[in-house]
Amino acid sequence: MRWARRLRKRVANFVARERGDERLREEMEEHLALQTEANVRSGMSPEEARRQAVLKFGAVEALREDYHAEKGLPFLENLLQDVRYALRTMRKTPGFALVTIVTMAVGIGATAAIYSLVHATLLNPLKFPHPEKLVRVQDDLTGVGARDVGLSIPEWRDLQRSGIFRYVSLEGGGSVNLTGSSVPARILFEPVTPNYFALLGVKAELGRWFDPTDQTPGFTLEAVISDGLWKRAFGGDPQILGRSLRLDNDSYRVVGVMPPGFHDPGRTPDERQTELWLATGFGAYPGPPPVRNLRLGLGEIARLEPGDSLEEAQSRLDALVVSLQKQYPADYPAEAAWKVRLVPLKESVVGSVKQPLLMLLGAVGLVLLIGCVNVANLLLARSSARGREMAVRQALGAGRRRLARQLLTESLLLSLAGGLAGCAILFSARGFLLRLVPDSLPRLNDLAIDWGVLAFALAVSLAAGTLFGLAPALQAGRKDLTHKLKVEGRGSTGSQEQARTRRVLVITEFALSLMLMIAAGLLLRSFWDLYRVQLGFNPQHVMSVRLWLPIPNDPKTDIYGTPAEEAPFLREVLRRCALLPGVQEAAMGQTEAIPLHHGRNLYPLAVEGHDVRSSQLPMVQGASVSPDYFHLMGIPVDRGRGFTAQDDEEAPMVAAVNESMARSFWPNQDPVGKRIRLGARKDPIEVVGVVADARTESLEAVQAPQVYLALLQRRDKELAIFLRGNLDPATIPERVRAQVQAVNPELPVFGAMTLPDVVAGSLAQRRFSMELVLLFALTALLLAGLGIYGTISYLVSERKHEIGIRLALGAKPGTILQMVLRQGLELAGAGAAVGLAGALLAAHLLAGLLYGVTPTDPATFVGVTAVLTAVALAGCSIPAWRAMRVDPLVALRDE
Amino acid sequence: MRQKSDVQQGTLALMVLKTLDLLGPLHGYGIARRIEQISGDLLAVNQGTLYPVLLKLEQEGAVASEWGASENNRRARFYRLTTGGRKQMQAETREWAQTTAIIARFFEAKAEDLG
Repeated sequence: MRWARRLRKRVANFVARERGDERLREEMEEHLALQTEANVRSGMSPEEARRQAVLKFGAVEALREDYHAEKGLPFLENLLQDVRYALRTMRKTPGFALVTIVTMAVGIGATAAIYSLVHATLLNPLKFPHPEKLVRVQDDLTGVGARDVGLSIPEWRDLQRSGIFRYVSLEGGGSVNLTGSSVPARILFEPVTPNYFALLGVKAELGRWFDPTDQTPGFTLEAVISDGLWKRAFGGDPQILGRSLRLDNDSYRVVGVMPPGFHDPGRTPDERQTELWLATGFGAYPGPPPVRNLRLGLGEIARLEPGDSLEEAQSRLDALVVSLQKQYPADYPAEAAWKVRLVPLKESVVGSVKQPLLMLLGAVGLVLLIGCVNVANLLLARSSARGREMAVRQALGAGRRRLARQLLTESLLLSLAGGLAGCAILFSARGFLLRLVPDSLPRLNDLAIDWGVLAFALAVSLAAGTLFGLAPALQAGRKDLTHKLKVEGRGSTGSQEQARTRRVLVITEFALSLMLMIAAGLLLRSFWDLYRVQLGFNPQHVMSVRLWLPIPNDPKTDIYGTPAEEAPFLREVLRRCALLPGVQEAAMGQTEAIPLHHGRNLYPLAVEGHDVRSSQLPMVQGASVSPDYFHLMGIPVDRGRGFTAQDDEEAPMVAAVNESMARSFWPNQDPVGKRIRLGARKDPIEVVGVVADARTESLEAVQAPQVYLALLQRRDKELAIFLRGNLDPATIPERVRAQVQAVNPELPVFGAMTLPDVVAGSLAQRRFSMELVLLFALTALLLAGLGIYGTISYLVSERKHEIGIRLALGAKPGTILQMVLRQGLELAGAGAAVGLAGALLAAHLLAGLLYGVTPTDPATFVGVTAVLTAVALAGCSIPAWRAMRVDPLVALRDE
Repeated sequence: MRQKSDVQQGTLALMVLKTLDLLGPLHGYGIARRIEQISGDLLAVNQGTLYPVLLKLEQEGAVASEWGASENNRRARFYRLTTGGRKQMQAETREWAQTTAIIARFFEAKAEDLG
């Protein structure tokens, strides 16, 4: 390759600084000598002969440049020269360089930090082969308003046989008691169908998966464990395969260890922390029998066939649903309107944080943009100060493009230095920053400041440098040279055009800041409203501690198999806990009774006396609680009564409902004394009381129907102990553990939390994004204030002469002050107008993130505009005061 | 500095190669004189432009150069064609012949030929 060979030579010459000057000079001399001789031979005088030879040879300088350009790499040479020049300029004006670099470091560092969140959650959340083929199967009973009710076992089998998918898996979530280690430990586990890992496509690090073709209906007694559990509980024992685990008194064999970094794509944060997987075909004990209309609340994941799109699969699925409804009309009544949806798995994992994260990215992008505008403004001011230098260089023959390139090199260098500093800060503070991210942020891979983030930061630096360097670079080439040379030497600087550009920049900056501040204001108000929301329960001085009763595979070995067997245990634990130091009240309940726990325990509800035409019943959230629960939580009983110690295993079943449920199912009637049936149980339950609504499901949600059952009449396994009083959060977990294990030493006690922490935790994500946006908005406000200060100072110094004349002619200082302030306020006003219009348009994007305020909340808009105006006034007042104090004599003498 | 048009630079390079092929090793002045003799006024002014072209050919490996003694016994740089350069010249000559033949046919074409 000729060009490659030439390039190689040029690079070599460039590196060796081989310029070939000497050789060219010698060749030229020889050439001219020979030509002169020839001319003399043809009869010219020696002087004339030499002159003609030189003329014929042509322009030596141009030739020399061409020759150099051919010899080396002129682009790189110029670049190096520009860089050297830029570095020299930076050293000469260290203040300017520092301000620019710090501004850019903040902007780029913050952008890269937010990007690392987006990168880890939104861009590539699923670390499985071909993640785009993974979907979640969700089914709704749209007719009765129930969403995501879950498939029954026969329906799952239908889907598997349908050929629509490569694999369809069921997965449940739960915890299991791992015994045999020093302290009984609670392990998050998932019962999954044997094809689960084949579907995900991630190979085990050690050992193997479950056999995807396994047809065992119950548990297969094989276990796959996570890398974390392997290292924590077994010390990374290389002989782990084949070892047996005691889980809820049953023995399982370890067949595989998943690789580090494997996260289960579960539906809840708990499920995503799964450390143990057990294979089961479901449909056999300990699960209920496989009945078509019995929904188990399991999750379903499917992998599409390689050639299929989601739409194709969905349309074939719709056809299947129609044919199933024809085949089993009794199970799928038309009024229930059963629908099955396919949702991309990625969507189901990170869909909920997409909006807040994109909003954060947008906000930080605005901060960066404002930073760029600020720096552009500084550069413009400096370029007008350097106008004469530029003009002289142009007069000496520097091309416009060359000058523009040099200015751009300077700004890129500043921006890259800023980006580098930003990344350095980010990198050294990453431990601290990662702790700020709420744990509830759904992600399946670890947050990291990695090469992807650094590449992003580099790209952003280059873009930012180009952006803020563009205005001065464009202006450098555009000026009338003669005018400039004449004018630049004197006190007056900068052209009309430049002043206009600077005004536009300040207006832009103000508009962007206003938009950001309005977003922050709206989020702050939403947060505040939620923070002060009427909870309906009193979390103060309450702690909850969880415990878990085992469910062995063989019902005969279950020592808590009936309410009669479990009730004595519950009473004894309650009695002991009530005696703990500081405890004033103690109660127990199902895990779902923990406020804001997000557990779902839906029962199909049949109300006696209501027409039940179909087997599809409305679903209500239920939780069993002990008698003192309502009083301990501060939930008032409005009608009837709460539970008492007499509502025990021997007494007839009773329930309490909340006001929402009373309104929904017994409008204008008193529910007390009415009878209901829940789930598969046939015996009726009498409603004995109505309690007030409490925001126990979520802070934001409007009230949902809720039914409470008497704990002593049930045999619930996942329990929580509630304590109220003067509690020491540090010692309570141990004390409760001791009391529970005094009753049964094999039970794990875990998950102690104080309810105020739970409430704060449910606000964590909101608090996180609100605080960040607020921080960004304050940064933007500061930058905007600095921007207007700089611009007005510049305008004042430009008009110093004029102000001096005005003062000399008798203008009052107050008039001068007014004049300057008016100028600043005009800029701020224009910026605010543009910003308000932009905010009105952009605020609707925030609608989904707000609570209790409308996106166009007038108070926020007015308040924020007032704050910004105040900052503008403050920014202008210093230069205005300076203008007022201009000494006419000094100002005029300066000229 | 403005670059010469590619055609002009290309033709000059080809002329250099052809001259060296016909006359053997020459110094810059010699090449310039031959080209001037044959092409008329292509190098009547700006003889200097020859040197960047020579450098480019050398960096591409089409010619090689070394110091030698000129007619009046002074040090001069002599250029000679390399094997690669000869191949390059032959290929480019063929291309030129084809191009000029096509262009010539176009210039001779009359309206009825295109009808």
